[in-house]
Amino acid sequence: MTARIGVVTFPGSLDDRDTQRAIRIAGAEPVALWHKDKDLKQVDAVVLCGGFSYGDYLRAGAIARFSPVMEPLIEQAKAGLPVLGICNGFQILTEAHLLPGAMLGNDHLHFICRDQRLRVENAETSWTSDYRAGQEIHIPLKNMDGRYVADGYTLDKLEAEGRVAFRYLGLNPNGSLNDIAGITNEAGNVVGLMPHPEHAVEPLIGTGRTDGLPFFTSILKKLVNA
Amino acid sequence: MARVVVDVMLKPEILDPQGQAVQRALPRLGFDGISDVRQGKRFELEVDGPVDEAALARIHDLAESFLANTVIEDFTVKVEEAAEVAEAAK
Repeated sequence: MTARIGVVTFPGSLDDRDTQRAIRIAGAEPVALWHKDKDLKQVDAVVLCGGFSYGDYLRAGAIARFSPVMEPLIEQAKAGLPVLGICNGFQILTEAHLLPGAMLGNDHLHFICRDQRLRVENAETSWTSDYRAGQEIHIPLKNMDGRYVADGYTLDKLEAEGRVAFRYLGLNPNGSLNDIAGITNEAGNVVGLMPHPEHAVEPLIGTGRTDGLPFFTSILKKLVNA
Repeated sequence: MARVVVDVMLKPEILDPQGQAVQRALPRLGFDGISDVRQGKRFELEVDGPVDEAALARIHDLAESFLANTVIEDFTVKVEEAAEVAEAAK
C-alpha cells in the first residue's frame, strides 16, 4: 500500500499538475482536491501548490485561506497531518497562521524566475528527512511576493528552534529577512517554502537535476513506515 | 445606507518598496520636499441598516481577520458621515 497525497486546486492554481506528477514519480498516489471540497478524502498528507489563487487579490493567499477545503485542512494540520506549501501554498499557510510571519512583494518589485541555490537547514521535518542538514540544492524560484517577514521575536524563535528549513544562498532574491526561503512549524509536519521542488524531479527539465524529489520521497517514507 | 471606511497600512517597521518607488519618482515630476511615501489600501463598505455598535464590532472583526493581515498591517475603521458621502458623489 502506498500513501495518498492530496493536491488542492484553487481558482488560479498553476502547479497542481506538476505537483501531482512529482508525487507519482516519488511513488505515492496523488489525490486531486478541489477548493470547494468540505473534506480531505482521507488523504495522508496535503500539498498546497504554486500559482495565483484568486488572482492574488487583497494579499497573496488571503482569499484562498478562507476556502471550504481549508477548514478541515487547518484543523487536521494542527493535529499532525503533514502539509507542504509551495510558493502560493506557503503564502496561504502564513495567511492561515499555520506558519508564523507573512509574505510581501519582492523588495525589487520585479517578478523573479531563476534557478536558485538553497541550503537545507533542517532535515528532520516530515518533508525534508531525505536531505542532509547543510546540503546545498538547486531548484527553480518564480514569484512576485517572495519576501518573508516576521517580527524580531518570531525570527529569533525560528532561528533558536531550528525552524528555518531552507535558506537562500548567494544573492538574496527578494529581501527575505535572514535569507529565509522556507520554514517549518514546531511539530515539523507543516513546511512552507517559496522555491519549487516539484519542478526539479526529473533530469530532463527544470534545473537538470532532481534536487526537489527528496521532498516527496521524504513524506512517502514517513507515511509508509508510520 | 451608511459607508464605513477601513484603511489598511503596512506597519511602520515593514519596508514598503512600492511607496519608495513612488517617492523616488516625485523629484522627476517636479514635486520636491516629500521625504517619504507609504502606500496603503482603502476599503469602502456600504452597510445595509444602521451602523450601530454591533455593526461596527463586526466590521472590526472583518478588518482584523480578512481585510488586514495584522502580522504586517495596521488598520483603522471609521464611519463616513452622510454629508461626506454626498460630497464625494458630486
